Amino acid sequence: MTINQISVFIENKAGKLSAFTHLLREQGIDIRALSIADVEDYGILRIIVDDVYKTSTVLKNADYVFKITPVLAIPLKDSAGGLADVLDVLGDNDINIEYLYAFVARQRDRAFVIFRVEDNERAIKVLSDHNYTPVTQDELRLDQE
Amino acid sequence: MGNGNYFQPEIECASQEQIRAWQNERLCRTVRRVYENVAYYRNLMDKKGVTPDDVRSVDDLHKLPFLTKDDLRNAYPYGLLACPRSECVRIQSTSGTTGKRVVAFYTQHDIDLWDDCCARALAAAGGTRDDVVHVCYGYGLFTGGPGLNGGSHKLGSLTLPMSSGNTERQIQFMCDLESTILCCTPSYASYLAESIMEKGLRDKIKLKAGIFGAEAWSEEMRRDIERTLGIKAYDIYGLTEITGPGVSFECSEQTGMHINEDHFIAEIIDPKTGEVLPEGEKGELVFTSITKEAFPLIRYRTRDICVLSRKKCSCGRTHVKMSKPMGRSDDMLIIKGVNVFPSQIETVLINKGYPANYQIVVGRVKNSDTLDIQVEMTNEMFSDSMSTVSAKEKELVEALKSMLGIYANVKLVAPKTITRSEGKAVRIIDNRNLY
Repeated sequence: MTINQISVFIENKAGKLSAFTHLLREQGIDIRALSIADVEDYGILRIIVDDVYKTSTVLKNADYVFKITPVLAIPLKDSAGGLADVLDVLGDNDINIEYLYAFVARQRDRAFVIFRVEDNERAIKVLSDHNYTPVTQDELRLDQE
Repeated sequence: MGNGNYFQPEIECASQEQIRAWQNERLCRTVRRVYENVAYYRNLMDKKGVTPDDVRSVDDLHKLPFLTKDDLRNAYPYGLLACPRSECVRIQSTSGTTGKRVVAFYTQHDIDLWDDCCARALAAAGGTRDDVVHVCYGYGLFTGGPGLNGGSHKLGSLTLPMSSGNTERQIQFMCDLESTILCCTPSYASYLAESIMEKGLRDKIKLKAGIFGAEAWSEEMRRDIERTLGIKAYDIYGLTEITGPGVSFECSEQTGMHINEDHFIAEIIDPKTGEVLPEGEKGELVFTSITKEAFPLIRYRTRDICVLSRKKCSCGRTHVKMSKPMGRSDDMLIIKGVNVFPSQIETVLINKGYPANYQIVVGRVKNSDTLDIQVEMTNEMFSDSMSTVSAKEKELVEALKSMLGIYANVKLVAPKTITRSEGKAVRIIDNRNLY
């Protein structure tokens, strides 16, 4: 019930992010979602891609430092209050969110929010109890088609 | 004799023959004493096949084995002590080095001769008992504060044991107590000068001279400090192993530092072969201390590269002059007056799980040294969470601070971005142009 996010170490220097995106374009890798956290000298670029295995091979060959982390992708109705409701559920159950970011699916009128929490198993249970079902990698791929 | 300003004119202006006679007698005595009292020396000399009988004058000095910082570490802590511990009254120690520190011991006699050396430096800078000597070198294990403090006492000047830091208070005392001679590192002098100008207190200070040492500084920096503070700035040289500041000092000519030859014999050697080089040639400076009781060092390799000159000096002093150090024969860096070895940085990186691919960039901003350490990021150290990466980075900064004693700015960079020449990483970039 998790999907794999790739986080990449990117130096805060002109052209570094652009070089990274060009590499993915050359390899025909589609970035479905993206977020960046940065400090003065570097940033952590987090992406959801259509092909995790291929991306990791490409990054490895290009000497990038990266990490694959299982995260939760929760489908939400793209309407007012949708995010607040799910945050309430997590907050009420003492599940701390390290970070989150959102993306909209191409079809089916759905928005996803990516959650990075400490304990995926517990978060999945709590969410399921409240009728939120995290999507799997396969479901995400189907969504694209 | 020349234009006065001596503390011990009969010594400072003695004839070459007299100096040589003192050195011959004191060297022979010291060599015999360490051979008899210190097993470490005896082993070194036996290995080289030299006995005290082979050393009859300074001309025989070259027969004796060298001593390096490694020997001092091997013999740590008491292995080179040449007198009973009960006769020692103090230690001083070098700023953080890998593993064991270097500890030097002093008897009261050793402190007295050190004070004499510093008093000579102060007198050469125009100091008398009427002066107010403002010492903002650090006190404690570092030799800077205690050395100049002792010299100032000896001279009979009013001594302000300010120690380092707290610039506000430094300036307030300087104004209120009318300090006339400032003793600190050149970078701190420059910082103080700037602060004094910013506060508009240039007219309130009574400084006439400064004695600045413990780090390399350029002639431009000297002129800059002199102009800003309206003083004459004098260089001073020394190292804890030999005694501390005052091993040599500048006179009014400002063309090199007179080595106190009644206490220390200087040689210049080829750092590769160890061969003694003739006067005027550039090489590694080697010292033998011939009057110290507790911690006399025979042929100690300083790793400082410089030139000696016996040209007649207009100040009237007859003791040999050494140039400002022009570099190092090892990879030691002096940053903010603190000795830094790249190997120390490497040790910390490896202990903390980083790769040994690093680059040290030393710079100087507003006359103060900066230390940047670039480290290549690895998959092992990386995380998707910024707080985890930042925490590891902070931990590294703290570990470096505790090893080096100074703050290092860590910069995490992408893998394989640090320049390698012939497969080996270029470790040090010093942008200061010191030498």
